[in-house]
Amino acid sequence: MTSPLPGGVDCDLHPAVPHLTSLLPYMNDYWRDQVTTRGMTDLVSQSYPTNSPISSRPDWRPGQGKPGSSLADMQKQALDRFQVSYGICNPLYGVQMVFSEDMQDAFCRALNDWLTREWLDKDDRLRGSIVIPTQSVEKSVAEIERCAKDKRFVQVLMLVMGDNPLGKRAYWPIYAAAERLGLTIGVHAGSAYHNPPTSVGWGSYHIEDYVAQATAFQTQLTSLIVEGVFAKYPKLKMVMLESGFTWLPAYLWRLHKFWRGIRMETPWVDRAPLEIVRSNIRFSLQPVDAPPDPATLNRLFDHMQSDELLLFSTDYPHWQFDGDEVLPPGLSAELVRKIMIDNPLATYGRLQVALA
Amino acid sequence: MNVQFRPEPSASVSIRTAIADCDIHPARATNDELFPFMAKRWHEHLEAYGKQAYHGMMEGPPYPKAQPNASRRDAWPPEGGPQGSSLSFMQKQLLDPYNVALGVLNPLNSGQGLRNQDLAGAICSAINDWQIEKWTSKDSRLKASIVVANEDGISAAAEIRKRAGDKNFVQVLLLSRNVEPLGQRRYWPVYEAAQEIGLPIGIHAFGFGGNPLTPSGWPSFYIEEMVGHAQCQQTVLASLVLEGVFERFPKLKMVMIEAGFGWAPSLAWRLDKHFDRLRSEVPDLKRKPSEYIRDHIWWTTQPMEDPERREHLFQVIDWIGWDKLLFATDYPHWDFDEPSRVLPPGVSEANRDAFYLGNAKKLYGIA
Repeated sequence: MTSPLPGGVDCDLHPAVPHLTSLLPYMNDYWRDQVTTRGMTDLVSQSYPTNSPISSRPDWRPGQGKPGSSLADMQKQALDRFQVSYGICNPLYGVQMVFSEDMQDAFCRALNDWLTREWLDKDDRLRGSIVIPTQSVEKSVAEIERCAKDKRFVQVLMLVMGDNPLGKRAYWPIYAAAERLGLTIGVHAGSAYHNPPTSVGWGSYHIEDYVAQATAFQTQLTSLIVEGVFAKYPKLKMVMLESGFTWLPAYLWRLHKFWRGIRMETPWVDRAPLEIVRSNIRFSLQPVDAPPDPATLNRLFDHMQSDELLLFSTDYPHWQFDGDEVLPPGLSAELVRKIMIDNPLATYGRLQVALA
Repeated sequence: MNVQFRPEPSASVSIRTAIADCDIHPARATNDELFPFMAKRWHEHLEAYGKQAYHGMMEGPPYPKAQPNASRRDAWPPEGGPQGSSLSFMQKQLLDPYNVALGVLNPLNSGQGLRNQDLAGAICSAINDWQIEKWTSKDSRLKASIVVANEDGISAAAEIRKRAGDKNFVQVLLLSRNVEPLGQRRYWPVYEAAQEIGLPIGIHAFGFGGNPLTPSGWPSFYIEEMVGHAQCQQTVLASLVLEGVFERFPKLKMVMIEAGFGWAPSLAWRLDKHFDRLRSEVPDLKRKPSEYIRDHIWWTTQPMEDPERREHLFQVIDWIGWDKLLFATDYPHWDFDEPSRVLPPGVSEANRDAFYLGNAKKLYGIA
C-alpha cells in the first residue's frame, strides 16, 4: 500500500443534507411555505440512493441518518485520518433535479448557505463548492457572485449529466464569472435526470447509471474542448470529480485522431486536445477504475503522459476503497506529493488566498 | 484515417498477403434498386411519406458529415452513383489491390432506426435479398450481414431465422443507438435467433433511437457525434453485460464495429470494480463483467487507435487479446484505414496473421 502524506488536500468530500427540512432556515417565507404546504419530500437523487453500497463505506455508515451528515464523523474518518490541510465539500443534494428554475435557485441558495453555516464555519480546514441553478445562467452567475465574496468557496459545482452539454455557449457566462473570480469549475458525477442517463437511453440498473458516469465525463470533455471554452477562457481550470481517469488516454487518442481529421469544423480549437487537457483539466483520484496491481497502474500513468492531472480525493463517504488504502499501490513518493499537495494547490487558486 | 487519401500505385509488403476487411459499406446506386425486393405497397409509401427515423430530417443526417456521404473523395464510381454502390469499382479500388480474401458487408441506411416497424422490416428484408443479388452472388469474397428491424424483436427474429443456413450471411447487424440500450429484453429475440442459427451479432456504431447523443443532451458538432460513438458503444456493452445477455445466451458472440477498442480495458475495470460493490443488484451475473467481455466480444480495428507512442497501443491490445481484433477499412468512408499503415512494426507474425485475417475467418466460419 502507498502511504498518504500529511498536509494534503482532499478534493472530494460529500457533506449530506439530512433532509429538505434542514434547508428551511435558509429559505425565505415564500419557499418555506411552498415546501411545507405542497408536501415536498427529500431530494435524494437516484445517482446515490442513501442505502446503496456505493453511497457509503460500510464502516463509515452512521447508526442513523444519511452517510456524510455528521461533521464529527467526517473529521474522524477522513479529515483527521488522512491528516489533510484542506477538504473541499461538494454537496450532492439533488437540487438540480427540479424543473423550475426559480425553485432550483431557491434551493441552491439555501444549500450554499447551509454549507457555510453548518460546515465551513465549524472546521477551518473545510472549503466549499458553489452549487448553481444551471437551468438559468443568469441566476447561476448571480449565485456565484453572491457566494464568491466568501473566500472559502473555491469552486463552482455542476453535474456531469445536466440539461445540455457543458461546452454550449449559453453556459459561458458561468465560466467567465468563475475565471474572473478565481474559482475552478468542478464537474461531479451525477445526473439531473433531465435526459436519459446514458447516451443510448434508460437502462435498468443503478450500477448501469454509475458505470455510465465515466462516459458522461467523456462526452462533456469533448463538448468543452470542441466548443472552444478554453480558447475563450484560457485561465479556467475544470476538475472532473468522481469521474474515474483510467479512460482518459484511449479517449484522447480517439479525440485527437478525429480532431486532426475534421478540425475544419471547429477551427477555433487551436491546440491539440491533449494539450488542452494538460493545461486546463484535472481529475479527482477516486474512484481508481483499475486492478490493484502496480504494474498495470504504472502503465496507465505512463499512458496519461503527465503527473499533473490527478488531485487527491477520498470521495468520502462513498465506498471506493477500504481501510487506509486511499492511494493505489505502486505510486512513487514524488507522485504522491504531486497528487496530494502540489497539484491541488496549483489547481485551486483560492486555497492559497488569505481568508482575512 | 486518411482525409487526403491518394491511392498508391503499388501495394506495400504487408498487403501481398490476404486480409479480411470486416467493415465494408455497400450502397444503392438509386433507391429504386430495392424496389424489386419489396411489395408495391412500400414503393408507394416511400414515395409519399419517405423514411421517418428517430430524428427530424427527411434527407441526410442531422449532423452533416465532413464529406459527401462521409466518403472518400476518390470513391465516386466512374459510372455514376454514390460511393460504395459499384461492385466493379469496389473490386478495383479495394478488394483487388489490398488482396481482400474476406469482405464483410455492413449496409447502413437500411430500415434500422425507422419509426414505422412494418416499413423497417420490409426495407431490411429487401436489403438482405439485395446483398445477395448485387454483391455476394457476384463476388465470393464478399459476405453479407442480416439487417433487421430490431425495435420489433419478434419480426426481427423471424427475418434472422429465414436466413438460417444461407452461406451468403456471416452475421446479424445492429446499430449501437436504438430506442433502448441493447441489453434490454425487447431485443432478446434477436439474440436468441442469432444464437440458434449460429451467427455472431455485429453492433456497428451509429443510428438514432430518439435519445440525446450524450447523457447531458444534444451536442453541437459532427466531431462530437464521431468521438461519441465510443461512449455510446461503452454503454451498449455495459447494458449487454449487466442485463445478463451472455448468461442467457452463452454461445452468443458479438462484434463491436467502428467504435474503437482502446476504451475496453478501462470499461471492464470499472465494471468489475463497481460490480464488486453492487453485485446484489444484478444477481443473475455469475461471473465478473470483464470475463463476459473477454469471452464474448470481438472488435473491429477501424478507426485504429493511434497513440503517440506505439508501445501504448500494444499494451492495450495485450489487455484485450490479439485473438479478438478484426481488421477493417470502413470503405468507402473518409476515415478509411489503409491496411499497410495500421499496425506499427514490432508485431509477431502470428499476431499479424490473426489481426489481418485469422481471427475473422475463425469467427465468421470461413474456411
